[in-house]
Amino acid sequence: MIEIENVHKSFGALEVLKGINLTVDKGEVVSVIGGSGSGKSTLLTCINGLEPINSGRILVDGIEVHAKTTDLNKLRRKIGIVFQQFNAFPHLTVLENVTLAPRKVKGLSRQEAEEIAVKHLTHVGLAEKLNVYPGRLSGGQQQRMAIARALAMSPDYMLFDEVTSALDPQLVGEVLDTLKMLADEGMTMICVTHEMSFARDVSNRVAFFHKGVMAEIGPPEQIFGNAQHEETRKFLSSVR
Amino acid sequence: MFEYTFQWRQAFRALPQMLDGALVTMQIAVLSMVIGVTIAVLLAVARNAHSPWLRWPATAWVEVARNTPALFQIYMAHFGLGSFGIYLSPYVALLAGITFNNAGYLCETFRGALRAIPATQVRAGRSLGMGQVMAFRLIVVPQMFRIAFLPTTNQMVWAILMTSLGVTVGMSTDLTGVTQDLNARTFRTFELFALAGALYYCIAKAVMFAARLAAWRLFRY
Repeated sequence: MIEIENVHKSFGALEVLKGINLTVDKGEVVSVIGGSGSGKSTLLTCINGLEPINSGRILVDGIEVHAKTTDLNKLRRKIGIVFQQFNAFPHLTVLENVTLAPRKVKGLSRQEAEEIAVKHLTHVGLAEKLNVYPGRLSGGQQQRMAIARALAMSPDYMLFDEVTSALDPQLVGEVLDTLKMLADEGMTMICVTHEMSFARDVSNRVAFFHKGVMAEIGPPEQIFGNAQHEETRKFLSSVR
Repeated sequence: MFEYTFQWRQAFRALPQMLDGALVTMQIAVLSMVIGVTIAVLLAVARNAHSPWLRWPATAWVEVARNTPALFQIYMAHFGLGSFGIYLSPYVALLAGITFNNAGYLCETFRGALRAIPATQVRAGRSLGMGQVMAFRLIVVPQMFRIAFLPTTNQMVWAILMTSLGVTVGMSTDLTGVTQDLNARTFRTFELFALAGALYYCIAKAVMFAARLAAWRLFRY
């Protein structure tokens, strides 16, 4: 379970998260929607400790992410994150991209890591691209590789940060299909997204962020059918 | 008008000795590059560090290495340190001087390469559970070497040519030292130094060829 309790986060004088409270249960899919600069992506990087927070606390399976005693490198093995920019390692083949962390961080043998990598790469439809360098992949393929790379660490939670935003429209579908497949398999996911149909069809709950505040959260039917907050309605009418 | 008689046979007779000298030249150049590259990576990291205690000494190194003659650097290693009772042999002084120079130039090459690598690469590594050092070693360094590869091979050639300055601190076993010694005994200055020049040229070309081959093998992406 991920518990976010009254989290505040500032960059200099700019407060980007203003007291966020959110609990995500195992197996749940939560989509986070909202305008640019609303704090959605910052929340994700705070959850896996890539960004420090100013106050409040975030617990992952009871472990406080920002406590001084927490081994963040160990905790991050539980929390996969995929970014908007695919961040493929260009000097490594697809297979090496996916086996690097399992081998070097988890200490798996090359053979074990490759078995796991092939399984996940096959799962995301890249079985034919094992020995190809990322520079020769399309954006959609690179993003699916990034998803396989995160999954190869066997995380309990997956965070997706606008993973389709940098893709050409015709490549968005293949990445969303991969996310849907993961959701169907019961992966706990927090997805920051601009894909409203994905948020509506796949999520258990949808959270709307506005100016650093979680203005509204509820089942997709409520958010998309009967939003309580004026800003949610405004936002949804602007993106439809 | 032109009464000089070339005696190439005498020069070619000295070729085995000169080839031995060329080996020493190569040895110093390679050592100065291996140590220089290692120091340069550390200096590049220090130059980008937040702490002034790391940044300032690294900056001072680069400033002196790049803005003073290589000859001065080798002199300081041999005669300068000698003034403080630290005696470095001509071989070690030459190696130290060239290494100092290499590290200074390569630091800036690597620093530029580091800046060309997006910070998100490290972030991606950290998000997979890697520590800062591991992410740097496995993700940043290989990419840095690719970006910096061609300027680094230039420096390698420069290092080979700089070894010829060793003769000024009494180095007698490298290619220039050996040639100088033969010249003093035979006075076939033109022939011997022309041959030495050809050998330097061949070494430099061979190094560039080896570098291209290595790049082809290493950087397939």
